[in-house]
Parts: sequence; C-alpha cells; structure tokens
Amino acid sequence: MIEKALTGSKKYWLWLGFCATLFGVGAAFYIDQLFNGLQITGMSRDVSWGFYLANFTFFVGVAASGVMLVLPFYLHDQKEFGKITILGEFLAVVACAMCITFVTIDLGRPDRLVNLFLHPTLNSILFFDIVVLSGYMLINIIVGWSILDAEHKGEKPRRFVKPLIYISIPWAASIHTVTAFIYAGLASKPFWLTAIMAPRFLATAFAAGPALLIIICLILRKYTDFDPGKVAIKKLSTIVTYAAIAGFFFLLCEFFTAFYSGAPEHTATLKYLMFGEGGTGLQPYMWGVMIATVIAIVLLVNPKTRYRDDTLVIACVLLFVSIWIDKGLLLVIPGFIPNPLHEFNQYFPTLKEAIITFGVWGLGCMVLTVLYKIAISVKLEVGDQEIEH
Amino acid sequence: MEVSRREFLKLAGLASAGAVVTASSGALLTGCSPLIGMEDESLNAKNMGMLFIPSRCEEGCHDCIDACNKMHNVPKHDNKDHEIKWIWETEFQHAFTEYMENELLKERMEHMPFLVMCNHCANPACVRVCPTQATFRRKDGLVLMDYHRCIGCRFCVAACPYGARSFNFKDPQKGLQNPVPNPNFPKRTKGVVEKCNFCSERDIHGQFGSPELPYCVEACANKKGSLGESALIFGDLKDPEFIEQFEKIQKDEKLIPLRRKEIAGTQPKVYYLV
Amino acid sequence: MMYDTGKIVAGIIIFLAIFSVPFWYSQVTGDAEEVPNLDPALESLKAEGKQCVESVDYMRAKHMDLLNTWRDDVVRGADREYVSEEYGVTYDKSLTDTCLEQCHTNKSDFCDQCHTYVNVEPGCWECHNIVGE
Repeated sequence: MIEKALTGSKKYWLWLGFCATLFGVGAAFYIDQLFNGLQITGMSRDVSWGFYLANFTFFVGVAASGVMLVLPFYLHDQKEFGKITILGEFLAVVACAMCITFVTIDLGRPDRLVNLFLHPTLNSILFFDIVVLSGYMLINIIVGWSILDAEHKGEKPRRFVKPLIYISIPWAASIHTVTAFIYAGLASKPFWLTAIMAPRFLATAFAAGPALLIIICLILRKYTDFDPGKVAIKKLSTIVTYAAIAGFFFLLCEFFTAFYSGAPEHTATLKYLMFGEGGTGLQPYMWGVMIATVIAIVLLVNPKTRYRDDTLVIACVLLFVSIWIDKGLLLVIPGFIPNPLHEFNQYFPTLKEAIITFGVWGLGCMVLTVLYKIAISVKLEVGDQEIEH
Repeated sequence: MEVSRREFLKLAGLASAGAVVTASSGALLTGCSPLIGMEDESLNAKNMGMLFIPSRCEEGCHDCIDACNKMHNVPKHDNKDHEIKWIWETEFQHAFTEYMENELLKERMEHMPFLVMCNHCANPACVRVCPTQATFRRKDGLVLMDYHRCIGCRFCVAACPYGARSFNFKDPQKGLQNPVPNPNFPKRTKGVVEKCNFCSERDIHGQFGSPELPYCVEACANKKGSLGESALIFGDLKDPEFIEQFEKIQKDEKLIPLRRKEIAGTQPKVYYLV
Repeated sequence: MMYDTGKIVAGIIIFLAIFSVPFWYSQVTGDAEEVPNLDPALESLKAEGKQCVESVDYMRAKHMDLLNTWRDDVVRGADREYVSEEYGVTYDKSLTDTCLEQCHTNKSDFCDQCHTYVNVEPGCWECHNIVGE
C-alpha cells in the first residue's frame, strides 16, 4: 500500500515540500537548542514549562479525539462514520508522535531520555503518560493499517483487530486523563489543582479534535475525489457542539469556585489572566479566547449556521485555534504565574521556540499527509462498498 | 452488534480495572516517599532539619549565601530568568505568602530578612513526580539530586511549592570563574535541575571525625563568634537534645516556629523562629 | 516478479560500501591511530609498590562498571567505603581522590589515551574538576 504515497499531483508534492521545509527549519533551530540549552526559549526559573509542553498537552487531546469517530462506528453502528474512522485513527497516530516529540525537545538532557525506562518510576505521572501515549500510538497504527490493508485486499480484517479497537476506546480517555493528572496533582500550583481538570481536558479535546477533522474532511472533499459524506460531517458537528458547550461550562465552573470562594491562591492567576493584575501579557488572549468560543458556540448551536459549510468552517477554525491558545498560553503557562513566592514573571515564547514548535507541526503534517494519501487512494480504489466491522 | 457490544463491555471492564489497580498502586506508593538505602544503619533513624532565626541576622550580611555559592560552584548569570539559587534572601510576605494580607504581622516582619532554600521535606512533592528517581529522599532525611540521572524534564520544579529548584538553562560555566571557586566540588551541566543539598558532601553526621556543619551555618557561626548565637542552626529533628535546644530558644527569645506553605502537605523541615 | 535486478544489486553494493566505512576507512587513508599502551605506566606503578583496587585484568574490563557503582553508592546511599574483593583492602569510593590523586596522576596519559583511541567520551569531566589542572 505504501507505494500509493509515492505518486501524487503537483499540489501534493508542493504541500509535502512545504511541510518538510517547516520541519527542516525547526530541526536546524533545535540543533541550536542542543548546543546552547533551553536558554533560547522564553522559559525561565519561574515559568519553567512553556510552549513545548503546552503544545504537547493540546495534541494529546487531538490524539484522544480520534475515539469520537471510532466509538460511534463500532459501538453504535453509525455506518456513516465507516469511511472516515481511518482519518481519526491516523490523526491519533500522528498526534501521539508529535506529543512524544514535544516532550523530548522539552528535556534539558534528551540524551538521557532512556532513563525513563531504565529507572521506571510508578509514582511519576510523566512516566505513566509516556507509557500510555506510546501504547495508544501503537494500537492506532496497528488497527488503522490492518483494516486498511484488509479493505485493500478485499478481505475481512484480522481477528486481533477488533479487541484492539475496543481497548483503544477507554485508552483514548486514559491518555488525556493521565495528561491532566500531570497538572492536577500538584499542591504547589493552585491554578491547576482542580478535580475538573481531566473532564475539562476531555471536553475541549472532543471539541478541538473533531473540529479539526471537519476541516480536514472539507479540504479533502474540495481537493480530492474522496467524499467523506454529508451525514458524517453533520454528526461530527453535533459532537463538536456538545463538547464545546461542556468545555465552556467547565471553564465557568472554575470561575465560580475561584471568585465566589475568594480563596486568594485560586483567584490570583485568574485575576492575572482576566484583569491583568501582575502583568497584562496574556490578558488579550484570555478575552480573545472567551469571545471566540462564544461566537463558535453560537454558530454551532444554530442549525442554520451549523449545516452551512462556510459558517461551520468558521466555527471549527475559531474553536480549534481558541482551544489551542487556551491550552497553549492560558493553562500551562499561567499555572506558574505568580510563582510560589508570589512574584509575577511574564512568559512569551521566543521566535526560536516558536520555529522549533512549528517544525514539529511540519513533521506532523507531513506524516499525516502521507498516511491520508494512502488511506484515500485505497478508499477510492475499493469504491463505496460496505465496510466490514 | 449485540455480541461485539458485550465483548466491548468485558474488555472495557478489564481495562478500567487494570487502570484502577495501577493508579491505586501508584497512589499507595506516593503515600510515603521511598527512601534510598544507606549502608550505615545508624543514619536511618535521623531526620535532618534547619532552624532559622531572622531576628539574629545582621543587616546587610550575606555570609551564609556567599559561602554556599562559593563552595557549591553556584553560577551567577546576568539574566534573571536563568538564575541558579540554592539559598537566597527574600521578604516575609514572599516567604510566607499565606500571611501576605496580614498587615499586623507583616509590619512586624517587614524589616527582617528571610532566608529561603530547599526545605528537605519529609513528604517531598518533587520526589513523588520525578520520572527517573533522579531526586530522592535519603534515609537521613535529605532530599538530594543525582545529577547523573536527571533528564531535565522540570516536573520537580513545577511540583516544588517553595520555588527552591533551579534549572540550568545554559552551561553553568558561563556564570563561573575558571577554574571554579571550589575545585573539590563538581559543577553541573546545562539541562539539569539543581538545589540546596544540606551539604550532603560534608561529613554532617560525623562518620569520619567530628561532625561538620553545612557551609551556611558554619559561615553564620563564624560571623557571630559562636554556634549558640548563629541565625542558622542545623540538626537532627529526631534527636531529643536538638529538640531541647530548639524549645529553649523558643522560650528564651519568645519565638514561635513557622514553616512555609504548610497547606501543601509536604512536611518541610526548615523552621522559621519568629 | 523480479525486475530491475541490476539496480537492486547496485543499490545493495553501495549500501554495504557506505555501511562498512568504519572497517576500511583507516586502512585506505592510512591514518590509523597508534594502539595505546598502558603497560609501561603500570610497570612503573608496580615498581613503586602500588596496586589497583582490583586486579589489572578486572580493571581493564570493568572499570566503568565499578565507577558507576561507586557513583550510585556515594550519591544515593552516602556509602563511601569500598572493600577490594581481590585484596581485602578498604578504599574511599572516589575517582578523583582515590584513583587520580593517589596513582594515576596524569589523566591525559592514563584515561584519555584509550578513550580517544576508542572514541568514547565519558561525561565525568563536564562537572568534576581535576584539582590542579
């Protein structure tokens, strides 16, 4: 099957070339980081995690959201999803790979990465996270590839595939839960110390991931002969709507607990984000995200705008970007502001840091494009036959 | 469909049971932080701690900080973001953020210097989160760093409620003279986390002669002329004699013992007598 | 089924040629390094009546393992005393204070000679200082 990725239109190669360039430039700056250390980033003694881990957190959500296609298809027999489950599975694979890359580039001593496995530590959530992420990646590549291969050959999928699919469903929830526990288990960071961290992560992930899939589906429909099907997109948009509302509700719950209780440690960071107490660096993003989320929800709740492609795309782009900024700049970073001594030190990613980050995006887009190229070529070849499951 | 849904429920049941078991075993493990063994059994009963009496500090004196920085080759970087700090001075409302709004207390404490450092907690959050056991709690109660093992993930920096940990954003040699101030003590590499070690490299238990003190305590005692007047006192919190001395100071100088961020549940072992 | 046989064979040959560079490079270019020889140094130490913590053969094969164990013992367990299995003598577990200070005073001759030859770079000296250097 892999040979299908080696032939393509000019546009296909141009796009791959663009992704490869992004990746190459990012890699070049990463070499700079290897030699000079993490001083090239905007991170500091106080804000010791930044853009890398924020992107890691976001993409764990994207990876987990693949399950939003797998679950309805395999458990609720929603046949419309049959054509696009593979898109969800391959998206999960790529997102997991990006997550592992983000963790690795965030390390001060990446040469010692193997220590994670030489000295496995069961009480460290980070250790667990790496284990569940690698496992999830493996499951999805095996499942996605064997089903596609079976379709390609006109056979039934191998017997081991189905149990793996069922395992992948709770596993998807576990990867984002464990990622939330990295943050939600620290008494030192009142902003993160909240029991709804994991549910909130899952809700925003199930909004951002399917929103991305809708965008991808519409792009594929426009630029390839592949038609994901109107019904599937319609159902995906319903999922996005509910998840976005749930995510926003959880955010409001955070506001209530902090501001009504008035507990100083819990309100300090929110006051910084919303009212700029201690610095206004992130304030515009906070308000921007809230406004964008509300607009997206309004567009999604109204059936007229939800079923129109142009307004749906606007809503999905708004949601995807605002959730990315929400996790990227407004969740990981402000957890460190103020610091444990109640001093306010600002953070913003440096240019080099951003270039390295988008290099990882480039890598992800490249691999995703290749995987999708294979999947779509196979789908077009076998035609519209009923998919076995 | 019926069959596969049932199949799913079985598998999901198994998977979640597995998840619960692993998670709870993790929780059990975190209940007490693992202690790393020591050959000398007599040290296992110890629990080293520090007392700090700010009222004994002389204005403008930084002998303790200077001694520590010098003896441990702590680099001095110009960029504040990349600072390495083992022991440093701050103000009351920064050391004790929970009393930030207590104007009466703040007023009385305002003029006093507050030294802050690693608290060598009995229930350290940093040790709990470290994915490689690069930071660990030794049986004599010292929370230490194995710089050979640290991967630089900075989870411990995030977990520490005291901001006591520093990450080497750049090569520490850039902030040190060449040769380093104390060639008998190693420096660190870029990319690892470091912090106060209660002078674990010294013979603090007197295994090879009369016990040595941490450099900060020694510097203060030298300045004051005697250990009895030092603003920093080091000892074993399980030693009745040391506790007696601790209580005597409280009584004589009318002081109460405070610890930073009790709310974080880490059981810090640096006591502030104020 | 087989096609492009010629191209495939050529490809395999090119791959093997590149893959085996380390084995023939120095033969071809002639800049092979001289094989290090520690024997004279060891002889003179022996003449001074000195012996290593373990036998010479053991140290040749296992010195890195021994040093790693020492490191973990001292850093993680505050366990400083090493009793030689070969001679029963007690030593301080310290590369700088025991090995380098007492016998192998010339690090570049003793450590670096072989390490350079086999192209290994122990990380020790990134942090540990050699007193007097």
